[in-house]
Amino acid sequence: MVSSRKGKSQGEGEIAVRMDAISKRFGEIVANDGINLTVYRGEVHALVGENGAGKTTLMNILYGLVKPDAGTITVDDMRLPVERGFLGTDYGLGMIHQHFMLVKRFTVLENIILGFEPSRGGFLDLRAAVRKVEDIMQRYGIEVPLDRRVEELSVGEEQRVEILKALYRNSRIIIMDEPTAVLTPQEIKKLFETIRMLVDSSHTIIFITHKLEEVMEIADRVTVLRRGRVVRTRRIDEVDPEELAIMMVGKKIEAPRRSKHAVSMESLLSLHDVSLRSSRDIVLLSSIDFEVRKGEIFGICGVEGNGQDELFDVAIGLQKPSSGRILFRGKDITHLSTAKRRALGIAYIPPDRVTMGIVAGMSVKENMLLGRQREPGLSGTFFLKEDAITNLTQRLLKTFGINPPLPDAEIGTLSGGNQQKVIVARELSREPSLLIASQPARGLDIMATRLIHDSLVKHAEAGGGVLLISADLSEIVELSDRIGVMYKGRILSILERKEADEEKLGLLMLGFAQ
Amino acid sequence: MNDVTTVISISLLLATVRKAVPLIFASTGGFFSERSGVINIGLEGMMLFGAFSGAIVAFFTHNAWLGVLGAAFIGGLIGSLHAFVTIGLRANQIISGVAINLLGTGATIFLCQVFIHGERSFSLGQGDRLPSLGPFIPLTYIAFILAIGAAIFSYYTVGGLRLRAVGEHPRAADTQGIKVNRIRFMGVVASGICAGLGGAYLPMFSGSFAKNMTAGQGFIALAALIFGKWNPIGALGASLLFGFADALQETLQGRAHLPAQALQVVPYVVTMVALAGVIGRSIPPGAIGKHYEREQPEI
Repeated sequence: MVSSRKGKSQGEGEIAVRMDAISKRFGEIVANDGINLTVYRGEVHALVGENGAGKTTLMNILYGLVKPDAGTITVDDMRLPVERGFLGTDYGLGMIHQHFMLVKRFTVLENIILGFEPSRGGFLDLRAAVRKVEDIMQRYGIEVPLDRRVEELSVGEEQRVEILKALYRNSRIIIMDEPTAVLTPQEIKKLFETIRMLVDSSHTIIFITHKLEEVMEIADRVTVLRRGRVVRTRRIDEVDPEELAIMMVGKKIEAPRRSKHAVSMESLLSLHDVSLRSSRDIVLLSSIDFEVRKGEIFGICGVEGNGQDELFDVAIGLQKPSSGRILFRGKDITHLSTAKRRALGIAYIPPDRVTMGIVAGMSVKENMLLGRQREPGLSGTFFLKEDAITNLTQRLLKTFGINPPLPDAEIGTLSGGNQQKVIVARELSREPSLLIASQPARGLDIMATRLIHDSLVKHAEAGGGVLLISADLSEIVELSDRIGVMYKGRILSILERKEADEEKLGLLMLGFAQ
Repeated sequence: MNDVTTVISISLLLATVRKAVPLIFASTGGFFSERSGVINIGLEGMMLFGAFSGAIVAFFTHNAWLGVLGAAFIGGLIGSLHAFVTIGLRANQIISGVAINLLGTGATIFLCQVFIHGERSFSLGQGDRLPSLGPFIPLTYIAFILAIGAAIFSYYTVGGLRLRAVGEHPRAADTQGIKVNRIRFMGVVASGICAGLGGAYLPMFSGSFAKNMTAGQGFIALAALIFGKWNPIGALGASLLFGFADALQETLQGRAHLPAQALQVVPYVVTMVALAGVIGRSIPPGAIGKHYEREQPEI
């Protein structure tokens, strides 16, 4: 099915988008450095590259949200008024941002028509709007309940609203910025079907991603960006994934390493029939039972919002379970505070680094100290031991390759990957026996992801335990020894790694128990 | 039993409406500003400017309607000051609002002394005030029409949809070609006009201007807006509730065996209790208090 479509669009015909010598800097950072990009009509053009390669900036420039310092843009043979400023919607461009541009409290219909409202004398003509949107939904087979509020929708549905928004504005060229990042495998399949349908009706798709298998599956051509420059543009039938990966990171990366090592039967952390109810008596966790052993990486996968965050909170002591017991090395820690659990040898990487992992306005050094501020080596009776803290920080910055290696830099100015490395460095340097890591590589590029995965593996190989909670299935499959699948606050099933594949896990994640 | 019937009477209900009118104007004003994303803690000062300018124009021109117009104009002018400072100069919205309140207190006293030869209050002649239309002065009816009109505007017009959108998720609106800061500017100016009208009601109803005559009603209007879940009809209901509390304490003065000061506290206590009960259930506009700028280094 894929190949038949590919055959059709191989004639490199009319040019839909042409960007010439686009440059843009933000202060010191050069985001785009003389980028040339040509996209043909009716193709799926993948734009790949590491975080910070300049993909999103380039697309924001194309859509008119960011004004380039230099360069020209032509869409459908029309020169866009780049200097004066423009908006893509006026030139048949639609953009689906990575963070959806939807007003949560508005209905689906209100979101779709916003800015292009059918009206009579200033009053909204909702009936005309419904007619037009329903017509589009029928034509492209995209179904979303129009009168529901966006806050009640699933992520996949929200994305469909964004696609409808673009189609409602008669966009012929649709930019999708990492559209699969938040979707389940089944939702991704559905998105790809929609993309194929759009291309068949002569739409052009520009698809930003850093997942190479997706590029191979859906794209006709691919442009690789690295550090603000175009590495190459290639037809997809002329490249293989390995070659793409090398182009993206600029050097060869090895396949994920997971050497065999002994998992002992000794239990580190165990949860016994743990349940959690909200203040309004909604069941958040229900009879959770599993253990993490020494030398093991135990993975928890599931669609986000099925209790993973609550499981994390309960495990580190931010929430007390309504019932059940939690043991750490045989000791009951159910009622211990987070600080006491940390003192026993539990460390954690929180799911949201900005709100839970770091204090953005403080220095790297101060962030390294978080949770360790009472350690005798680092603080005296009244005052912190500045020199010791600086030394420790410098050592960790070097070991983890954190950039810039400046202990006094404000951590909020670092890239997401480097912020995450600071957190990992801080937690692992305490030499904990158990590491609880939630979404440790979310939104990070290949190199940072690799470093963090290596750290987890190393920790397990040295006899520690890891509880890895992640929505990224390939991360779970690559790293875990055993895998628990969460669905609606339960662990539906625990699988050995060798019996788990992404398809099977995907079905379990949607609640289909075998 | 008898006591209750004499307290709860037609006159109490009429007094409730009269007390609520300035709150309805100002909370509707708050709606326009806050729903667009700009906090307007300066309602109190804008009302005070409206009260003074309404009274002084009517005093000198002997035309009450010119006074009302003057109050609306000055209110709008102060609104555009708040808009310029917070949107144009990107200053903190709370601080700008507090500054407007302080300015309102000082400037109205100063101007009053300039125009009325050292006095801090003055009375309006019968001809300088609005005539009654039925039980109320015309501004009362205008207040209700304004609140209902704001609700219709908000939920049934293109402008209303866009106003709410820029207050909830300005970037989403911007990516669809909506001029976020222009709409916010208009919202804040509308807010000032409404608050100015609410202020003008005070001297038009009582027949005199006195320093600081708003006595915190701008803040109570803000509370009414929150209690009413940032919705004009909700704010109208909340204004009536607070108006009732005020009317009740006035009716009870001299009847209940309580000091007058204790009774005067009632409306403020009701405000606090109402707010405490609704906190958490009233969700503010998503982008309230946040500046909007398009270009961010997002790579």
